[in-house]
Amino acid sequence: MSTLLPAFVIAPLVAAFVLPVLGARGKAVAKVLAVLVTGSMLALAVFCVGRQGVYQVGNWPLRIGIVLVLDGLSCLLLLAVGVVSTASVLFGIRYMEQYTGQSKYLSLFMLLVTGMNGLVLSGDIFNLFVFLEIASLASYALVGFGGEHEELEAAFKYTVLGNVGSTLILLGIALVYGNTGALNMAYVSRAIQQTGVNTGLAFALALFVVGFGLKAALVPFHAWLPDAHPSAPAPISAMLSGVLIKTLGVYALCRLIFNVYGVSVSVAWVLIALGVVSMVIGVFCAVGQWDFKRLLAYHSISQMGYVVIGLGLGALILAQRRSLAWASLAILGGLFHLVNHAAFKSLLFLNSGSVQMATGTRQLKQLGGLADRLPVTRATCMIASASIAGVPPFNGFWSKLIIVLAAVQAGMIWLGAATVLVSLVTLISFLKVQRYVFLGELPDSLREAREHRGSMAVAMVALACLCVGMGLLLLVPALKSTVLDPAVQVLMEGLGYSTRVINLCSSKG
Amino acid sequence: MPYALCFLLFVIGLYCVAVKKNLVKIVIGLAVMEYAVNLFLIMLGFRKGGTAPIIGRADLQSGTDRITAQFLNSVVDPLPQALVLTSIVISLGSLALLISICIRLYSKYGTFDITEIRRLKG
Repeated sequence: MSTLLPAFVIAPLVAAFVLPVLGARGKAVAKVLAVLVTGSMLALAVFCVGRQGVYQVGNWPLRIGIVLVLDGLSCLLLLAVGVVSTASVLFGIRYMEQYTGQSKYLSLFMLLVTGMNGLVLSGDIFNLFVFLEIASLASYALVGFGGEHEELEAAFKYTVLGNVGSTLILLGIALVYGNTGALNMAYVSRAIQQTGVNTGLAFALALFVVGFGLKAALVPFHAWLPDAHPSAPAPISAMLSGVLIKTLGVYALCRLIFNVYGVSVSVAWVLIALGVVSMVIGVFCAVGQWDFKRLLAYHSISQMGYVVIGLGLGALILAQRRSLAWASLAILGGLFHLVNHAAFKSLLFLNSGSVQMATGTRQLKQLGGLADRLPVTRATCMIASASIAGVPPFNGFWSKLIIVLAAVQAGMIWLGAATVLVSLVTLISFLKVQRYVFLGELPDSLREAREHRGSMAVAMVALACLCVGMGLLLLVPALKSTVLDPAVQVLMEGLGYSTRVINLCSSKG
Repeated sequence: MPYALCFLLFVIGLYCVAVKKNLVKIVIGLAVMEYAVNLFLIMLGFRKGGTAPIIGRADLQSGTDRITAQFLNSVVDPLPQALVLTSIVISLGSLALLISICIRLYSKYGTFDITEIRRLKG
């Protein structure tokens, strides 16, 4: 089992360097290859569900070597990356024909997948940083892919802020190494348990919160996201909003806070505060937007707030040693909303790409009456909007319900009320999208607007099916116990992570 | 003391990124930050009078225990150096990307002034 783990990194990495070699004549081959690679990553991720394993790179002993660790949480993220990347590649086959340099696009796309897969599997802090940089560098280049004024401006802003974040993270890693003498997460965690969190480690944790907060675009650090995500081509926006901010930001932060440092009340409050601020400010910035993709980008900030609130609540309840059941409920809400958001936000960005391709604009005021011209986009966009706004029975409803329940159980009625209120504002802003894009008068200039069927429609319909069906992950006990529960368990076990990884490694031989 | 100076270098870089208006100066600020972190890593592995962590075959012939003890007492930690090499390569990549974005921005806007490059807002 564990010998399969390097494939998650190697296959897209090899593809990234093979695809540009195929050149102009091998364009069709390159596209098929890209779909095959992302599809097989998804299949492999499905195969990994419910399993765990440790792969020691080069057979070095655990303490000094690099390890890849598969557990419930990494598996959940691998699934999300697999689904979103497959859908985006499918969508991009037709969509990216507007651009030149498609093989470069595919190559960067594969690097993005490499970085994210590697990051969620890595069991070594420095290796995590390296994968984070691979994914970040690919995303900087992809944001500026169009090469026009706005795109380059957004790419510059994103690259500078992303680099500041990476540098802070690297400084934090250096501090951790200086204080614990280890880079392997299991051993770092063990050293921290022995010595406690001293000043240097606490400073490193603060650096991690800021650095990963920058990557996750939580509110005080969000300035780059509303520029960067709309500027990228639609399939890339779907990747960035759908999975990149989650793996690079939230996943890495949670892994460090829950499994390496161990939860504490103060850190939990920081998470909750970041979450609430992101959720509220994100949604109020979104309501006033008239650019379709910019509106979606602000909603990403807001929805990331929900995820962080769920996880922060879980951390708070764990740190206060109150009921374990409620802590696991809160974490379940956070993680479930994370995967749900991956599905509906990537679908919404693909919808915006489809609208932009058919009409040439994404300004809501210039659109209208497209319901008949773009039936597939319209139908899938309805589903995704209902999901993001938390309308039952779509997936967003279930995860938001759990987060509200957990907030009330934690004694924070105000927090539950705030999440419901933000959900309402989200609904209003998506009603606005429906009203201005699909209903109303069809402008004369758009009478010829035509939807592109084929792979683009397949990608959108597949994601829409997920939005409808993902509630089952929670409602069907068998699915819940194989997919969601192991992920929650990883965060719940906290510092038990180090013992588990070391045992897994020694039991193997 | 050296750690304080190193941190000062980091803060200078951060200040430069935050305050300067010229694209190239911002990039230089980022580079300064990265150098400060690399310097910090190097200092973690520094040991006064340390030797390279290599044992030759000739060393081993005379009393293994003594050699091992001497080795452990004088050797420097090689890991930070490996980390610095990796981080230098990564920062090279990101600096190259940043500079090329700067060049493209200059050809589009005809200026390096960040206050004049603002079409995106909201």
